[in-house]
Order: sequence, then structure tokens, then C-alpha cells
Amino acid sequence: MRKVVIPIGPQHPALKEPESFSVTLSGERIMAFSARLGYNHRGIEKACEERTYLQDVYLIERICGICSHTHSTCFVQAVEEIAGLQVPKRALYIRSIIGELERIHSHLLWLGVAGHEVGFDTLLMYTWRDREVVMDILAELTGNRVNYGINLIGGVKRDLEKQHITDILKSVDILEERTKYYIQVCKEESTLIQRLSGVGVLSHNDALSLGAVGPTARASDVARDTRADDPYAAYDELDFKIVTDDHNDVYGRTLVRLGELMESYRLIRTAIKNLPEGLISVKAPRKIPVGEAFSRYEAPRGEDVHYVKSNGTDKPERVKVRAPTLANVQTVAKMLEDGQLADLPIVIAAIDPCFSCTDRLISVNSSKSETLGSMKWEDLRLYGIEWHRSKGMDFSAINKKLAERL
Amino acid sequence: MLISIFNLLVFPGIIFLGVAGMSAEFIDRKLYARMQNRTGPPWFQPWADFIKLVSKEDVVPTEANPRMFRAMPIFALTSTITASFYIPLWSTHALYSFNGDLIVTIYLLTIPTLTYFLGGWYSTSLYSKIGAIRSLTQLFAYEVPLLMCILAPALLANTWSLSEMAKFYSHHHWYWMFNLLGFAISLIALLGKLEKVPFDIPEAETEIVGGTFTEYSGRLLAMFKLSINIETIVGASLVSAVYLPFGLQLTPALGILLYVGKLLFIISILSLSRTIFARFRMDQMVEFCWKIVSPLAFLQMLICLILKGVLAI
Amino acid sequence: MSDLKRGACDMIRPGKMLVQVLQSLFKKSATSQYPFKKSEMPAHYRGKINFHPELCIGCKMCERDCPSNAIKIVKVGDKKFEAQFDLAKCIYCAQCVDSCIKKALESTKEFELAVLDKNKLKVTFCADVKKDTDK
Repeated sequence: MRKVVIPIGPQHPALKEPESFSVTLSGERIMAFSARLGYNHRGIEKACEERTYLQDVYLIERICGICSHTHSTCFVQAVEEIAGLQVPKRALYIRSIIGELERIHSHLLWLGVAGHEVGFDTLLMYTWRDREVVMDILAELTGNRVNYGINLIGGVKRDLEKQHITDILKSVDILEERTKYYIQVCKEESTLIQRLSGVGVLSHNDALSLGAVGPTARASDVARDTRADDPYAAYDELDFKIVTDDHNDVYGRTLVRLGELMESYRLIRTAIKNLPEGLISVKAPRKIPVGEAFSRYEAPRGEDVHYVKSNGTDKPERVKVRAPTLANVQTVAKMLEDGQLADLPIVIAAIDPCFSCTDRLISVNSSKSETLGSMKWEDLRLYGIEWHRSKGMDFSAINKKLAERL
Repeated sequence: MLISIFNLLVFPGIIFLGVAGMSAEFIDRKLYARMQNRTGPPWFQPWADFIKLVSKEDVVPTEANPRMFRAMPIFALTSTITASFYIPLWSTHALYSFNGDLIVTIYLLTIPTLTYFLGGWYSTSLYSKIGAIRSLTQLFAYEVPLLMCILAPALLANTWSLSEMAKFYSHHHWYWMFNLLGFAISLIALLGKLEKVPFDIPEAETEIVGGTFTEYSGRLLAMFKLSINIETIVGASLVSAVYLPFGLQLTPALGILLYVGKLLFIISILSLSRTIFARFRMDQMVEFCWKIVSPLAFLQMLICLILKGVLAI
Repeated sequence: MSDLKRGACDMIRPGKMLVQVLQSLFKKSATSQYPFKKSEMPAHYRGKINFHPELCIGCKMCERDCPSNAIKIVKVGDKKFEAQFDLAKCIYCAQCVDSCIKKALESTKEFELAVLDKNKLKVTFCADVKKDTDK
């Protein structure tokens, strides 16, 4: 059959966020797959350099809606390390509890999305109805359903009261029962199992060599989890077990995420039982001393890495974010080898892509071509104007009009 | 003459089928929503969708063949409406009948699937072409069991006419109980024909955007949607006429109520299957239809043949 | 985890959700009938910000700490300050509430802030308490 190149994205019902994939098909078989990232680039790392550390906490939080607490905590941990602050234990416990609640939210959302991608809309509606329980409890604790804004440099902003603790435990009980039902559905529903099994296979060695992180790697029996390898917040005091599976396919990733949900319920209960008394924050200086730090956090999607470099003023010198999806998106091409078109949405959805997190600045060094080096802001602007002029587009008239208006 | 025109245009013709199709869509969507613990749309939603689509502009892609592109929805609509004229709805005689109208009905019901294929093919867009090819592949999978299932009770009744079959089963009151296996198989095949989950591969929204209907908009899409709704009613009527042919000799008022009840029963089974199953993949669907559904349909035919000999009809 | 492995009594069959799905037919629907029934936000919800001009001393810490430059404190008289908010720029993080030393700002539960005229999104809390209007 003749080969056809079909574009998936940037706008496509299978993708929740814009990215461009081009798939070469022969009938229903996928011959080649290539990804082109960058549709969600917003210049956040540059924007961080022009705002104070306190304002940056809120900006970094808005990199993503689902992993917002992840990014915020990771950034704040890096800054606290440079400033040498000792965060009180109660604040660390509260951060862990909110982090686990966010993980529950993210995994329930993923379960619904996976159901939708295979045409099982009932699972979507049921899991998203249960997600409302988590969002309501988070709204009660932090004041908003997403983008919690609970981190400060030096601790957390709000405390957990008695009523909150009762509500958290009640919600966790309800969710645990619902999750047990979903585990039964995923183990027994044959139409679902035959769509998820044998699809998106990633062997153990491939997962290691391509650098997969998070549930994508853990489903190929790679026992890596930042909460166990490099404990942060309160995880070194909470008894934490890594959840792995050896199915190597999308079904394994489903089981790993369901197992992590059960593990999260256990962690929340333990954390609340052992919640220490004390302050919830220490005073942080406005000007952070010179230094650099590197911090890691286990986002629901994998390992999230932040690097912060400070130069003694109240604005950071450089902030670099590497989201887990950037590491996982390279495994998709391997997974789709000899795959079918019908499997493409669920394979992409199985790495739990969050392209808002992913699109940052990358510099690629190729040994074949000469490197461009780095450009100053003004040079980049002039380069852009010249490039558009060479294509026949001249914006100087509009720019003059705008300058007059302002 | 006037009565014929009334029958063709209003009842049980075009207008009745249109209203019934819209109501079928509403019932299906409402049941689907309630089973998912949601509220669902109000009763006038299908009408609102239809009016909105009709009032929009039809956009024909530049590379498409405009005459074929515009003709396909019309063919789909007319063939489904024509198929309904030969099915006995609530009495033992349909609007028109002759020996062999069983085969004609099934052929008329195949034409919509062909129009989905041709409409997608002549749209010349990538997603439409893939959807069109899938639609045709699915046709080869479910058409054989469907035909065998419809033929099995006809074998028992020893006739090729739907109305004669209805008369036969009304005389022998409990013979329709022998065909219950075929009833189950025909419901599965009906799901395939109507392209509902788990068989909605040709219009898999998350894989190929809209499948055949990606490039259709405005009045053409409204006609396609209306033809799908009417096909639901006609398919359900065919299954109920062949497999649930009891109570066909009651007075017209009671007969209509019974007919509506049978339709509701079949439509609710279709909605239920839409809710509890995930979508099949192409190869899984073909394997399922040829390895499980077709042999069972064949078994039903065997049962009817053996019974014909045993009961010495 | 042991309960993720398939056990002896887990039959693989289609239609596992049948029982729950049929039960849902008779349960109340989970959809909340907004906007006919208003939804109630929890106690410390971070909605629109409210300003008490009598407590403000004009230190402008809130203006310094706002991540999106949404608040401006303007002096309109001796020890009288008014606050100008741009509701479109505000990200409702409540950092200004925490930064204010005199607790002159507070979060309210109001979240239905959509309007058709963009000018209505710039609200001013006047310094004179008697005529406290926001347009």
C-alpha cells in the first residue's frame, strides 16, 4: 500500500495540548514517527529572571495546571538550599500531604483520559466525578482547586486545622473505595484489557537507555522513584514503597498508576498521624546569597528537575526546568514501532504527556554543524525582524502605529 | 391514491420517521448520560442540533468532487427511508410487500454504509480516507452475520417476504422463541451496522478526528446525522419485526404501543452496550466477527433448518 | 503490590461495569445544576480581593510583591489611600493579603467576575469609607 504521511496535531482531539507529530502510515501500520515540540513555549525561564523570588514562586507554579505544586515545591526547595534555610518539619509534612493529594488528582484524571482515548467514556465520567472529591478538599485546604499557592520560600502559607484533617481522612476513605473498584474494572473488563495489553511495548533495556522516568519506566521494571532515591520534604520519615510492574506495556503503566494511588492514600494517612506541631514557616531573606542549587521532585509523571542560580540580588540569575515529559516523549517513537494507527492515541496518552511542562529552551550541540552560540536579547529581536523581512513581511508600519497609541 | 401519498410522506413515512429518529437519538443520549451518573440533554436537543446545522453554510473542500460530495447525504437519507416501507411495523402487513422484499430491505440498508465510504473517499482529506476505508472493512465483517441472522427465521417461515413472515409467526404463536440466539447475534450485528461503540471504529474521534464526516458541515452533515438516526429506527424495526413478531394482530392503537415498547427495548440495549464496552481495534473487530459472531449466526441457521424438518412445515 | 496481580477469582469478561451502570440510572445525577443552583465556595477561598482603606498606611508592600502588577496604591489625601485593581491581571494568589502589615486586604469568596465590558474590570476602592463604590 502507498505510504501516507498524516499529521497528528497541533490541533487534534487525541491531544489535550498542542504538539506536532507526523506519522507515516501504510494502511493501518505505522512506519515512521517523528515529534516536533515547542508549541507551548511561553518564555517562562526568561520571565523568571525579571521577577523577584517571591513573585517567581507564583510564576513557576503556573507552568502546569496539574503539576503546579510539583514545580512550586521543587523551585522553593532549590532556593531554600542556596539560602541555607531550615524549613520546619510541620511545613515539610504539609507540603507532602498536598503533593500526594495532587498525585491522586493527576492519576484519576489520567485514568479518565485513558478511558476516553480507547472509547470507554463511562470510565472517563466516573473517574472525573470522583476527582471532584479531591478538588473540593484541595479548595478547602488551599483556597483554590488548582494552582494551590501554598508554598513560601521558607515554609507554607496556611496551616491544617482539625476540621481539615477530619475532611481529608473522610475524602481519602471515599476515594480508596472507588479506586478499589477501578482496579477491579481494569483487571477484569476484557474490552479494556485487550486495548491496553501488548500496546506501546518498551523493554527494560530500552527504558534505561532512552532515559524514561516515572510510571513509564516503572512499568518496565525500572525501580526508580525520586521519593525513595533522593528523599525530599517528609518522605524520609514516611515509609514509602516503590510500585513497579513487569508488563512493559500500556497495561503495566495503568497498573502502576493505580498502585501509586493506593500508596498515596497510605502515605496521607501516615503523614496525618505523624504530623508534628510547630511553626509553618521561617522568615526568608529578600536577597538570596550567591550560589546555585539543583533540586528534584517526583511529579505524577516522573522526575522533575529544577536548577536555580542566584547572584546575590533579589532576582534569580538563571532558572532551568526540566519536566518529566521531555524525557518520556523520546520513548514514544520506540513504542510505536510496528504499531497500528488505532494505538497511537493511547500510547501517547500512556506517558501522561504534559506539554505545557515540557516546552523550555533546549540547546542542541551537533558535532556535524557549527553551533550558533548564544544571542543577546537585542540581537535576537533584530534577527527576528530581518527573518520576517526576508519572507516579505514588514511590521514597521504597525509598530509605529502601536508606539503612537501607547 | 391520497392515502398512499399520506402514508409515504407523513405516516409511517418521512415525517414520522424523522420525528421517531430524533426521539431515538434523545432517548439514547439521555439513557447514556443517566447511566454515567450525569443529567443528559433536554428532549429538544436533537432538534436544536438539526436546526443549527441546517442554518450553517456547507463548506466543500477545493479538492473534493462537489457533485459526489453533495449527493452522498441525499442517497443515505433516501435509502434508509425507502427501506422502512417494506417492514411490518405493528401489523402483519407492511406498506408495500412482495416476495423477496427481505433481500431488498437488507440491500437498501447497505447503501448508507456505501455512501459513508464514498463520501469519505471523495472528500480527499487524509482523515476522511482512512475513515472511509475503515467503514468498508467493517462492512465486510458484520454484513455476513447480519444477513444470516435475518435469513434464519425466514427459513423457518419458508418465505422471502417480511410480511408473510410476520403472518406465519402470528399463526404459530411460540415459534419465535426458537430464534433467541439469533436475536442476540442480530443485536451485535446491528451495533456494527449503526457504528456504535464497540464498533464505532470508522468514526473514532480520538484517532481520526471525524472519520468520514470530517469535511462535512451544514446541511449535508445534518442530512447524514438524520440518516443515521433513521437508520437506528429502521434497523431496530427490522430486528423487532423478524425476532419479536408477537402481538401483531391487536387493534392498531394497542399495536402501536407494543411496537413503541419493542423499539424502546432494543434502543435501550444499544445504549447499554455503548456504555459498558470500550472501542474495538480494527483487527480485533474483524477477528471477533469472523471467529465468534459468524459461527453463531450459522448455528442459528442450522437450528432453523433442523426445526423445519422436525416440525414438518 | 500484591492486589494488582490478577487473582484466581478475577474473571476476565466484558461488561464488568454493568451493575454500577444500571444502579446509576436510579441515583441522583452528579451534575450540579449551575447556574440555577449557586455553588458555595469553602471558607478561605481566594476570590476577588477586598480593600479596607481606613487601615492602609501606604507602604506599598502589596504593590511590590504582586506577581502580575495588578494593584496600585494611590495617595489621594493626607493619610488617605485608594487601591486600583485590575481584575484581568490579578491571578488571585492572595500574596498581597499576606504581605500587608496592617491587614487591610482580604480575600472574598466572589468568583463570578466575567463581564462584557473590559473597562469594568478595573475597580477602584475609594479612600472615603462612606462612599465605598466599585464600578
